[in-house]
Amino acid sequence: MNFSLEGKTYVVMGVANRRSIAWGIAQALHDAGARLIFTYANERFEKPVRDLAKTLDRDDSLFYECDVTDDDAINTTFENIKNDVGVIHGLAHCIAFANRDELKGEFIDTSRDGFLLAHNISAFSLAAVSRAAKDVMTEGGSIVTLTYLGGERVVENYNVMGVAKASLDATMKYAANDLGKYGIRVNAISAGPIRTLSAKGVGDFNSILQEISERAPLRKPVTQEEVGDVAYFLMSNLSRGMTGEILHVDSGYSILGR
Amino acid sequence: MADVFDRVKNIIVERLDVDESKVTESASFKDDLEADSLDVVELVMELEDEFDMEISDEEAEKINTVGDAVNYINSIQ
Repeated sequence: MNFSLEGKTYVVMGVANRRSIAWGIAQALHDAGARLIFTYANERFEKPVRDLAKTLDRDDSLFYECDVTDDDAINTTFENIKNDVGVIHGLAHCIAFANRDELKGEFIDTSRDGFLLAHNISAFSLAAVSRAAKDVMTEGGSIVTLTYLGGERVVENYNVMGVAKASLDATMKYAANDLGKYGIRVNAISAGPIRTLSAKGVGDFNSILQEISERAPLRKPVTQEEVGDVAYFLMSNLSRGMTGEILHVDSGYSILGR
Repeated sequence: MADVFDRVKNIIVERLDVDESKVTESASFKDDLEADSLDVVELVMELEDEFDMEISDEEAEKINTVGDAVNYINSIQ
């Protein structure tokens, strides 16, 4: 079986810096021979993404600004992608946001605006970009999103983001059902905690990481590379029989009873 | 090994893309070095790596100037 992604093109949304899980995914896809398209939320993230992409040993990557809170922006981005490359074979959705002051204390104190914002950017965006990407995935393909255990169980301080991840998980499954008939699979990776810019926004993140090192079956936090490799698997033909699935890449932490 | 201030300064110059001369002990990250809130979190993570330490959320919130960062690192090393 051919595991190469040569000749294929993947969109990676949500690289913020070199620690981003999205960057781990981008590197894994790149190493498998894929061409990459990066999207960034706004000007602030453009330079970091372009600088990182320069470290890849090919220079045909493309870059688009895409504010996922704006339907017109999403449609324009994917129309531009269609015009520029014709067809894409997959998309990594690595996007989430919540107000930092709501990622500590008690969930019940979440504001209405904060709740809607977290769900808008972290969950609805998957539906919106999947709909737009479908028209460019004319040869079928694979969509991968990033979720977290906090959407299945209560994780201290994760609060509204956990509720948004639960919504994301359900969004992923409904999208998988809708897009299956086009040969498009949709799956999620539930990564264990990784020291990213987003993770640092969660209250007392360092102690969450410590817990993994002490109690997870593999006794170590997962790396971006480990998540990237599973994303590669989900993008590749090896996973062709899977859709609507949540794969835990978490050193086994989620099997524990306490 | 370079002293703490120089090591902190190097990280700031690289991360924030600012001129070395602007990075003084009294320089405020937000006001003088034009760091946004994400830049500050990124800097804290770089400092944690550089000095192999953890900076708690409470301590990180108190770091407003370059001097604050240097003093905090000196205080626990």
